Amino acid sequence: MRPAWSVILLTTLIGAAQGLFLAAFAVDFLKANSAKTMVIASCAISLLLLAAGLVASFFHLGRPERAWRTASQWRTSWLSREVIVLPAFMGMVFLYGVLHVLEVERKFVMTAGLAGVALCIALFVCTGMIYACLKFLQEWHSALTPLNYLLLGTASGCTLAVPVAVLTFPQFAGVLALAAFSIGAVAYLMRCASLVRNARLRPKSTPATAIGIDHPRIVQKAQGFMGGSFNTREFFHGRPDRVVRAARWAFLILAFPVPAWLLGWGGGSLQAYVAAFAIQFAGLLAERWYFFAEARHPQNLYYQSMA
Amino acid sequence: MKQLALVIDLNVCVGCHACVTSCKEWNNAGAAGPLSDQNPYGKDPSGTFFNRVQTFEVGEFPNTETVHFPKSCLHCEDPPCVPVCPTGASYKRAEDGIVLVDYDKCIGCKYCAWACPYGAREMDQQEKVMTKCTLCVDRIYDELLPPQDRQPACVMACPTNARLFGDIHDPESVVSRAIRDNGGYALMPEWETKPANHYLPRRKTGYEE
Repeated sequence: MRPAWSVILLTTLIGAAQGLFLAAFAVDFLKANSAKTMVIASCAISLLLLAAGLVASFFHLGRPERAWRTASQWRTSWLSREVIVLPAFMGMVFLYGVLHVLEVERKFVMTAGLAGVALCIALFVCTGMIYACLKFLQEWHSALTPLNYLLLGTASGCTLAVPVAVLTFPQFAGVLALAAFSIGAVAYLMRCASLVRNARLRPKSTPATAIGIDHPRIVQKAQGFMGGSFNTREFFHGRPDRVVRAARWAFLILAFPVPAWLLGWGGGSLQAYVAAFAIQFAGLLAERWYFFAEARHPQNLYYQSMA
Repeated sequence: MKQLALVIDLNVCVGCHACVTSCKEWNNAGAAGPLSDQNPYGKDPSGTFFNRVQTFEVGEFPNTETVHFPKSCLHCEDPPCVPVCPTGASYKRAEDGIVLVDYDKCIGCKYCAWACPYGAREMDQQEKVMTKCTLCVDRIYDELLPPQDRQPACVMACPTNARLFGDIHDPESVVSRAIRDNGGYALMPEWETKPANHYLPRRKTGYEE
């Protein structure tokens, strides 16, 4: 598949926003009202990231002015569900932050926070299932897909929570760094598990099933046109193998090992924590690019030769 | 319930692309149009087509066969492109099984194209909406046309009669008989989309060397 930057940015930005919210809620839950500044700051940053992701997603649409229609098919479409859950989550993050500013009674704050957690998890599931539900995209059709969206997003948000805590709630920065390290490690292992799984996949569709002729040697001689088409652009990443391999190595190094080192042995400075998040986020951009490039769409069997 | 479909005889198709140009001509001007072209006479031409004719070589030289393979939307009985659509623009008609896109509801998110294993949908670069074969829904019910012309443009154009059109749920229709008598098959059965369109295999005619 051709990686679309609009979707890469949407999923990485909202993933970090969701993780940051989860981290802030966890701190709030454990430390009662003393974490007020950190929670408000986290909600504000989270909302900014969510809004940025939402803006990026509009660039994916041919007719963005009709985007309001996307809420209608929630019974069948994970994309429609995501479109409903994302603004609902944004609203709850806003409410949760505002309740902290107003210093409302704690049971109301916690209720909003728990509702936010539920919406946050639902959003991870919706985003992951958009890809996982497409059964003939075998690389995506796995429980690992939504799980990795959840884990990678939570890990990057936790990493972002560390510098936020340094500025607003320093006594908790060390604990958050440990949490970011641990969740990052689990996310990294599961992402590697997905790589191993996908490396062993055998495509169910072959040239023989594509045109229905049972023969081991079928070669396309012409795809019906001499130029490009939607089918040749949308479903091929069009990059040489070395670029795809480089993207994989980039995320394998940047998404966890480097930020983990900065979190654990970076001296605990604000700069080290900010760098840890920035590097991890860059790694996750590479991860998402690779996620799309790795997926082989069966329609490509029909678009193998230009002549 | 009716399920309209095309049956394409690979034994007869000569790969002339008449169905492609006829489809483009009719649908560019019809209710489904325009089907835009980008840079049609330039260096890197591109355009929207509902129907493509491809060519495959089967076997190893000198024992090869050239197979011309027309491909358009298969109007699946269980179309994976329909439930994923977030706006309801992509739908399957209950009355005749044709899978259509409502251009006024489509937001151009391309998710339906991702969900089609056959690559049957093409996003129009100018209209910014998803397009696909309509089985010439604006022809086949047009009572202003003589009855013999109420067929998809591709079927009308085929010089070798390789394309048949009819209701595959009516066991006595021309398409059902062709499928039954000649071993008609569906593409990529592994995904259980139950394509309505069928293909008739290459067959020995007795005229081979």
